[in-house]
Amino acid sequence: MRFGTSWKRFRLRLRYLARHSERQRLLWEEMDFHIESMAQDLAGRGMSEQDARAAAHRKFGNMTQKSEEARATWIAQWMSDAGQDLKHSFRGMRRNAGFTTFVILIAGLGIGASSTIFSVVNALLLRPLPFRDPESLVWIANQEWSTQVGVYLDLRERNKSFSNLAGFAGYGVGDSALTGTGEPERLTSVPVTQNFFTLLGVQPAIGRSFTVEECQGRFSTPPAALLSHGFWQRRFASDPAVVGRKLTLNNKPVMVVGVLPASFDFASVFAPGTPVDLFIPWPLTDETNRHGNTMKTIGRLRPGATAQSAQAEFTLLAKQIGSQHPEWNGIMPRLSPLNRHVSGRVSPALMILACAVGVLMLIVCANLSNLQLARLGARQKEMAMRAALGAGRLRLLRQMLTESVALSCCGAALGLVLAVAGTRAIAHLDTFNIPLLASVRLDGEALGFTLLAAVLTGVLFGLLPALQVRSFAAGEVLKDGSRGSSAGRRQAWVRNGLVVSEIAFACTLLVGAGLVMRSFLRVLDVDPGFQPEGVAALRINPSFRLSSLARQNSYVDEVLQRTRSLPGMRAAGLTDVLPLRDDRAWQVSGKGQVYPKDRHPESFVRVVSDGYFESAGIRLQSGRGFTERDRASSEPVVIVNETLARTLWPGQSAVGQIMTQDGGRRVVGVVADVRHEALEKVGGSEMYLPMRQTGDYSAMNLVMRTVLPPERLAAGVRAALNPIDPNLPVRDFTTLQELVDKAVSPRRFLVLLLAGFAGFALLLASLGIYAVISYSVNQRVQEIGIRMALGASATNLQSRILLHTLGLAALGLALGMAASRALTGTLGSLLFGVTSGDPITFIGMGTLLIAVAAVAGYFPARRASRIDPMVALRAS
Amino acid sequence: MGTGKPKADLLPGTLDMMVLKILTRGHLHGYAIAQLIQQLSDDLLRVEEGSLYPALQRLELNGWIEGEWGQSASNRRARFYTLTPDGRKHLNAEATRYRQVTGAVARIMGFA
Repeated sequence: MRFGTSWKRFRLRLRYLARHSERQRLLWEEMDFHIESMAQDLAGRGMSEQDARAAAHRKFGNMTQKSEEARATWIAQWMSDAGQDLKHSFRGMRRNAGFTTFVILIAGLGIGASSTIFSVVNALLLRPLPFRDPESLVWIANQEWSTQVGVYLDLRERNKSFSNLAGFAGYGVGDSALTGTGEPERLTSVPVTQNFFTLLGVQPAIGRSFTVEECQGRFSTPPAALLSHGFWQRRFASDPAVVGRKLTLNNKPVMVVGVLPASFDFASVFAPGTPVDLFIPWPLTDETNRHGNTMKTIGRLRPGATAQSAQAEFTLLAKQIGSQHPEWNGIMPRLSPLNRHVSGRVSPALMILACAVGVLMLIVCANLSNLQLARLGARQKEMAMRAALGAGRLRLLRQMLTESVALSCCGAALGLVLAVAGTRAIAHLDTFNIPLLASVRLDGEALGFTLLAAVLTGVLFGLLPALQVRSFAAGEVLKDGSRGSSAGRRQAWVRNGLVVSEIAFACTLLVGAGLVMRSFLRVLDVDPGFQPEGVAALRINPSFRLSSLARQNSYVDEVLQRTRSLPGMRAAGLTDVLPLRDDRAWQVSGKGQVYPKDRHPESFVRVVSDGYFESAGIRLQSGRGFTERDRASSEPVVIVNETLARTLWPGQSAVGQIMTQDGGRRVVGVVADVRHEALEKVGGSEMYLPMRQTGDYSAMNLVMRTVLPPERLAAGVRAALNPIDPNLPVRDFTTLQELVDKAVSPRRFLVLLLAGFAGFALLLASLGIYAVISYSVNQRVQEIGIRMALGASATNLQSRILLHTLGLAALGLALGMAASRALTGTLGSLLFGVTSGDPITFIGMGTLLIAVAAVAGYFPARRASRIDPMVALRAS
Repeated sequence: MGTGKPKADLLPGTLDMMVLKILTRGHLHGYAIAQLIQQLSDDLLRVEEGSLYPALQRLELNGWIEGEWGQSASNRRARFYTLTPDGRKHLNAEATRYRQVTGAVARIMGFA
């Protein structure tokens, strides 16, 4: 019985909820009857009918309020209102499928773009580095480059700021040949100091890190290796038994001592764009000290120490070490927090992208506002009716906002799908030279951001139309069709304002994108000092040991001779480092020159064979290049670049001078500067040593200029080199063009995204113009009809409308140009070869915008000119 | 109501109980209920329309009364309410409770 009653009540309540609006209407009717009866009674007592009615109404008070109170009995008002609004919105969406699709699409694209950019910014700038206590990690650079091993050891010994220092090799990183079981493969290995992983707080997932003994052998024959997680999965199918096994690396047995965890992505932090397969111990010995500046150093601060205090200490230590070890390369320590070192280079670009996407969202909002306003125009009667029926202004405002937020949330759902795709695509840009890109993903924070963006977008684009509702609520709409009414004029003003701001925003985006794109083209136009087209490179470290210089030279002779005899080969040569890859530097001086320690010239060192300059396309400016006759037995020679020649012998000819290197080397030639670090940066001093006169290098790269595509080349080279070294893996060619592409990839990334945003902005702005102009044409059909009936010609009308469009565009353009001029200064280092006020970009983008505006205005104008006056006048 | 006379402060639930009691006379519309309460109390109790309609909603929602649309004496559409068996039971229970409470109050006040 008891249960039966409560069940009945529950059902009743449900029915009340379900027939909500129906009940509302009936309640009104019921109360209306009450008033009527009361009025009749009063009239019966002798009051005039009108007075009686007024009195009854007075007594009953605000009927709407009473009905609301009655309703409040069965459900919390707010919930009910929100539910009602949502139901309204969805009904409206269904009725207006075209409008809805359009809004969701635009909001979705905008929100998708912002979520993607947020994910990138979050991964690169906001999220802490994936190491233990990353705040106390510091990058210790020698100016911008590497440090000598001996200097590193001394610094490590003497400093008091750091609990420890560790490092990895910036030179000699590169491939080792994996042979033995399975297919021979070239692997990228990085020599690291023994404490490298301990210092970062990275524990091997399986096995252990390197022992002290393992870090004492020869540089070229590491006894042990740690596998990266990716390589372990790929090559060994995640077999844990591989730990403890021996691999054949460069024909030497190497013990696998451990596998690093998946969370440790060395490449993405320290060497973006280069996947690393394994890590080998780096012996800090006299041998590696002789390699010169090759050490990339990181340190972990002691508690209480800061990067600034450590900087002061290191500057002092550097002076002491310099005076005690004049035979070592000097060091100018430059310390920075590790996270700033890793992402500092890309952070300006990311900031620009974040701002760009923000501007884009503003355009999206302006556009949606405009659409919503246009739709509101069509719904004026509905709104006025609701207002007349007692819906308060706040209530209407809330309904409008609920509608727009619901729409933008639907857009956000689409945006999320786009952002998932976008972040995936970005995380897989593994040839891009941008740190931490692989860790870009849509996480909880990004989801939160998306939700926030959706609500904000909804409120922002719904607010203006919602405020406009007030003018409809005045009731005048019901009486006249709003044509020429003050509300209509105000609305036109708002709509024009929105379009002008859209154009202005689009203009700033276009100018920004244009400047960055022109910079990109300028960078591509830079003469890097070598000619990358049609040049392939291949690592050919022999798998056997070159026990003597004579043995090495016969290997070099044979490799070059066999390679050059291949069909389609224009030139071939050897080098130890490729342009835009690793570097090492030595102190240099001319014979008889003395420099103060802290201003001693330094030079990058390349060890090359004859034919290298020809194959890489490095121009010889004076003297001669290397020949086969520059051997161990002949006079020690060297070739310098123009910068080094100018540094050591200003105002003199460098050819014929003696350098102090290796007990004296005669300069036989001067070559053009090669941009070795980045295309945007002028290369420093460089010197080239003939490979046949030295064994002091760690890698051998065959550089070939050929007319054949690299795939065709591979087979030929394999066949040619097979007799000399059958174990030589010759699959992975690099082309110099790839190196150049990688060097400009961060810029390309920025350009692609910015251009995409600018294109989207342009599209939105043109849609906005189109929408506003065609709306105003629709509103003025009658007026146009009358004008035409009175003799206005079609062309006249068309040009009037076009002029109106262009007027709006010009105003937006003027505002946008002024804003751009003020803002482009912040692009700073992202610009190259163009000024922030580059007239070509400004004029070009302005013209583009005006042209697009003209096209967008042309279609409605043409439609207006084809209005049949008779039809138009009869229509209403 | 609105006449400046202080409103009789009723015990909570009293209006509901009175509405139910009035409805034992047969099916009536809201206005009639208000009128009857006023007449039967010799104009002492005046029901505010603002409380009457929420009360009617409440009673109907609880299944104690049932509303039905019909024709009024003046031939207009009006909503007539009838007492349900559940409502009758509730009325009895409420009346008992009310008698106890007023009896207790009267004893304290020394009226009895």
